[in-house]
Amino acid sequence: MMLLIVFGASFLAYNLQALSSDPLAQFGESTDINKDYLIQRTIRELQLDVPPPVRYFFWLRGVIAGLWGQFTLGETRNNLDVIETISIAIPVTFRLVIASTILAIVLGITIGMITAIRQYSRFDYVTTFISFLLFSLPIFWVAVLLKEYMAIQFNDFLYDPDTQAPSSLGLSSIVIAGLVGGLIMAGILGGSRRKFFTVFAGVAFGFSSLLWALNATNWFVNPGLGIVGVGVLAFASAAVVTQISTGLDDRKSLTAAMAAAAITTVAYYPLQELMGPGSSGFNILLVFAITMTLSGFAGFLVDKFDRRIHIRTALITAFMGTLPIIFDRIMREFGGYMKSDAINNRPIPTLGQANDLLSEDQLGDFWVMTLDGVLHLVLPTIALTLISFAGYVRFSRGSLLEVLNMDYIRTARAKGLTERTVLVRHGMRNAMLPLTTILVNDFAGVIGGAIITESVFAWQGMGQLFNEALKNYDLNLFMGVFVLGAFLTVMANFVADLLYGVVDPRIRIRK
Amino acid sequence: MKMAKKNKTDLAEKTSGDIAQRETQGLSQGQIIRKRFVRHKAAMASIIILAFTFVFVFSSIGIHLGSEEFPIRIPGWWPFWITDIDPEGAIAATCNGGVTGCPTLDIFPEFIDGTGMQIGAHPFGTDIIGRDYFALVMRGAEQSIMVMLIVGGLGITIGTAIGAIAGFYGGIVDAVLMRLTDMFLVTPTLVLGAVIGYRFGNFGVVPLAVMLGFFAWMGLARFVRTEFLTLREREFVDAARVAGASNRRIIFKHILPNAIGVIIVSGTLLMSGAILIESALSYLGFGVKAPDVSLGLLINEYKDTFSISPWMFWWPGALIILIALCVNFIGDGLRDAFDPRQRRRITKKDRVAAQEVKV
Repeated sequence: MMLLIVFGASFLAYNLQALSSDPLAQFGESTDINKDYLIQRTIRELQLDVPPPVRYFFWLRGVIAGLWGQFTLGETRNNLDVIETISIAIPVTFRLVIASTILAIVLGITIGMITAIRQYSRFDYVTTFISFLLFSLPIFWVAVLLKEYMAIQFNDFLYDPDTQAPSSLGLSSIVIAGLVGGLIMAGILGGSRRKFFTVFAGVAFGFSSLLWALNATNWFVNPGLGIVGVGVLAFASAAVVTQISTGLDDRKSLTAAMAAAAITTVAYYPLQELMGPGSSGFNILLVFAITMTLSGFAGFLVDKFDRRIHIRTALITAFMGTLPIIFDRIMREFGGYMKSDAINNRPIPTLGQANDLLSEDQLGDFWVMTLDGVLHLVLPTIALTLISFAGYVRFSRGSLLEVLNMDYIRTARAKGLTERTVLVRHGMRNAMLPLTTILVNDFAGVIGGAIITESVFAWQGMGQLFNEALKNYDLNLFMGVFVLGAFLTVMANFVADLLYGVVDPRIRIRK
Repeated sequence: MKMAKKNKTDLAEKTSGDIAQRETQGLSQGQIIRKRFVRHKAAMASIIILAFTFVFVFSSIGIHLGSEEFPIRIPGWWPFWITDIDPEGAIAATCNGGVTGCPTLDIFPEFIDGTGMQIGAHPFGTDIIGRDYFALVMRGAEQSIMVMLIVGGLGITIGTAIGAIAGFYGGIVDAVLMRLTDMFLVTPTLVLGAVIGYRFGNFGVVPLAVMLGFFAWMGLARFVRTEFLTLREREFVDAARVAGASNRRIIFKHILPNAIGVIIVSGTLLMSGAILIESALSYLGFGVKAPDVSLGLLINEYKDTFSISPWMFWWPGALIILIALCVNFIGDGLRDAFDPRQRRRITKKDRVAAQEVKV
């Protein structure tokens, strides 16, 4: 059935594409003496003497040959193998979209659920407005603004070409940023007017002082977290993870999470050995393995009851706590990276997927290359996240609101369960069900989907291949990209159906 | 003192359900929906802004359809058309140290920036060769609105028809239609734009919109189908059938009015999406082609001169966002109005009002 859909759609797409331009048009006004020969050659190469619906089956022959192991999608017009061309482009696209997809999903679902819990609060109204605004933004328009303000002007801020020195934040911008941060936090927490102002004042002051301190120590030019930053983040994530998974009242779980946070913090210096200059990316896995094994063991030791839960809490905390260690390692390359000739003090690029001008040493170093890749990802990731984030906010908000109106939520509250248990166990779990379909579909869609983003930021991924194939009348390449996308979409629908049955027992039983 | 306290507890006892019920007493379904919609402030504001934008855009630049050979032209009140060139006007307005074609629009009165409020000859400035940018932007907005309306109309009609037939008849019809939907779903929009741009490039935006409309109904069809699947099992459908109603009558008179909420809501989403898709296609060079303009094309043309002449970039983007945002808000208002589960927040004022009625 799925194959039939892909077959039908590919037939349609092939014929549409064949209609979309005239490959002989470029010869129309040519005065080349070889004109006739060139026309004949193009006709022969592209088999233009065969009408498109029939030509489609020539292409299909290569696909069907896959049955006896001679699978081919043909060659591009530059005589490159289509499968090879595509397999070069897939990792690029994947790198481009993976961070933004994860970020959009995590942020979108979190914020959407907060707005559902705090329905009709100031935060809810503001988020609703912002998500509608983001919904209506064309991505190419956002991209240009990002290039101007996030890249060009931020680079100027880091290293002013006029004064030949890093600029520093003015007092007014520090104060404004603090006030905005305070407003957002106070809006999320809500509550009485008094609580609102207390939170607002506290966060505004704290955030402003943090910015001031970062600015005074030139942190933006030489960023890093250090053991203090890692420790603070690890213990904060311990508190958050425990609160969500078992509640802070569960002292045993809290102990396990705190132990995990302590282990990751203590491990900060020893782990640096693993991540020295010239170490390979494989060591990252090793770092995670070490902290998570130790923490898991700590969780195991806490109590013999509910062992599984303690271990789980400790493991999640260790994972969240180890991420800052990795980030810290990458950030510490920034100072040297920025001063190198290839970068010339302008670290955030507006185009491309990697900097080819880096020196031999830098190209060989895993950490510098990672930093380079991350910096190239900054703008496209922000653009893609902004655009897709709004959808998740709206969807998860609506989904959770619907669930919270159900009778079983009232029953759960009536039983005297804590609000945390009601919201997390009964509410969010059920609200996540319809989200699975969308998540799976989006993952499939992004592989062939970031056409505009790739074009704006000049990434050589699937979208660019598709775009070029369309413009150059490159039917084989076009079909290769298209069939992959169509196949993934159809597969995603199938997987979503299966997954739905797995996560929702009601559907499984009904069948 | 005692009195006040008693009053307060009374207010609290008033459940939100009571109040919501009292409000809808004695009103028809349509009246309830209208009442709920009018209460949605953002949606009402959006309707007014959108209506104003429609009238402003269409009246200023006039209506231009068809190709060069078969033109349909109704001139507007704005003196310039997109091909009119006014080099003197462009040179007359300079700013930022020699950049020509600056906007003559000045919305600040004299006591703020020293110059009086004025519209001037070219409120949005002119482009390099002296074409009036206001005319270009208005023409682009007009194209966007036309795309939105045509795609919306076609998408809603086809989607409703297919979804209704699939959901109502079920079985083999449903299976075939849904596989057809899947097939259309995986066909990329970009290739449609390319075909239209090549074949009908000089016929303006209408063929593009029609083609996009033919490929935009899939999401809506799915929603309508789901709605029909549940509605056809309801008692009132059985009752109608027992009374001898034909399938056609059941679909049009009994089920469709109940599914209208879903249709309208996903229809508005479709329309706001259509604007973005059209501008994206034009941006990539697959949609509207020069010499005609569209908002996406304008953004693409002036994205590199952002630091020199930012207004060339701001205006088309602002119009896309304005139109899409308004349509989205209207859709949100409609969803709230049609969804009986969506309860409005019961404010203290409502409780007081309910109390007064009781006394």
